[in-house]
Amino acid sequence: MAETSVAHAHETNEHDHQDDAAWEGGREPFRASYGKLMMWYFLLSDAFTFAGFLIAYGALRFSMPTWPEPDFVFASFPFVQAHWPLIFVTFMTFVLIFSSVTMVRAVQEGHRENRQGVVFWMILTILGGATFLSSQAYEWTTLIVKENMTVSQNPFGRHIADGIYLNADGSEAKRTDGSPLEFKKGESYLLHMHDGKVTGLAFHDTKQSGEKMIQHEGTRLKYTTGAYAGQVRNAEMGPKAFGALFFFITGFHGFHVFSGVLFLSIIMINAAGGVYAARRNGYEMVEKIGLYWHFVDLVWVFVFLVFYLL
Amino acid sequence: MAGHQTYEEQKALVFKGLMLLGAITIVEVVVALLAKGHLIHGVKFAEGFGHYLYMLLMIGFSLYKAYFIIFFFMHMAYEVRGLALSVLLPTALLVWAIIAFFQEGSSWGARRELIKEKNEELVKPVPNNRPQGYVLPGVYGRTNG
Repeated sequence: MAETSVAHAHETNEHDHQDDAAWEGGREPFRASYGKLMMWYFLLSDAFTFAGFLIAYGALRFSMPTWPEPDFVFASFPFVQAHWPLIFVTFMTFVLIFSSVTMVRAVQEGHRENRQGVVFWMILTILGGATFLSSQAYEWTTLIVKENMTVSQNPFGRHIADGIYLNADGSEAKRTDGSPLEFKKGESYLLHMHDGKVTGLAFHDTKQSGEKMIQHEGTRLKYTTGAYAGQVRNAEMGPKAFGALFFFITGFHGFHVFSGVLFLSIIMINAAGGVYAARRNGYEMVEKIGLYWHFVDLVWVFVFLVFYLL
Repeated sequence: MAGHQTYEEQKALVFKGLMLLGAITIVEVVVALLAKGHLIHGVKFAEGFGHYLYMLLMIGFSLYKAYFIIFFFMHMAYEVRGLALSVLLPTALLVWAIIAFFQEGSSWGARRELIKEKNEELVKPVPNNRPQGYVLPGVYGRTNG
């Protein structure tokens, strides 16, 4: 399989570099054009940057006694009041998969020297990238404006032991049916803030089915197990590092998508103008931006794994 | 590149990729919601040993998606062996980075817990008339208490 493709690669690359006799050495290293090989090495170094970020996330997560639960944090959906864990981010993943697929089509049409095909599929790819960026803007806005998460503040916490919620007057909180409002170790809550002050919290009532959120005034609670058993304490903020890691890592990925959309647009305009048709090298520039664009999708596979699934 | 494939075969591969990546993503999300008890009330398996199984499954699915994207969408399968190795082999360094940093992270956590524990420990009050710190031998007549 490799043999036949090698022969073909050699053939196409000959007219890639009519002017510079195959990297000046007479024979191309790895039978790839200079630009394509360097794109691969750039992507390798970029993969290390992202790996560094994601490993930092893992190390900090391992160092904390509790960590926010992704299916509790990422549960909002545009125009819907309900709590839909992970559904919106699944939509974002599909947007990236679709735009990756349209990119493959653009590269294929490039090999056939089909200008119209290249432009058509690249426009769809750009639209996919723009949709992803808008979705991310929605996600960030919800987290920052509605849920008060910033790079230095994380109101998503988890209980370190079993206990019971207390009312503002110190009495034990009860459901409408009179049963005590208890929580278990590991359950999530979101602190509500008003003018920079914590005013209350929201959580799921696990005794009831459905994803119904309960809004509770005040943050006082009494633990019944663990080191603080019998003590009345305030629900604390979650690990601060979570906010910084989330905004920096998804922001860095979003920046890659943004610059990808810019470069895709430039190359699409050039392709439409016939710049690459004149070069007669199978639209190699489209192939190079294609590599970059698939890499953006590849990184998202791991961001999705680390932030939303694990 | 991909020269041994006809145009129809190439288009078929694209469709296969779309179906495969889409299907794996849907399976991932359904398993995640099921494992964490969001799909069926009272059913939850991502606890204890089940959590390790769940994580392993998710990492496996993601690695397969990554393999498919690199080898077929980015055409690594059709590149020269040397190119593929020079790009893929360096990522093996990450295996050690993951082991080392996760180990380090757990150690930070353990130390933080220890410090918290020690800070909350009750210390026996020391009588005021007893000199504190290092006592020079012979100064107070006795060297030990």
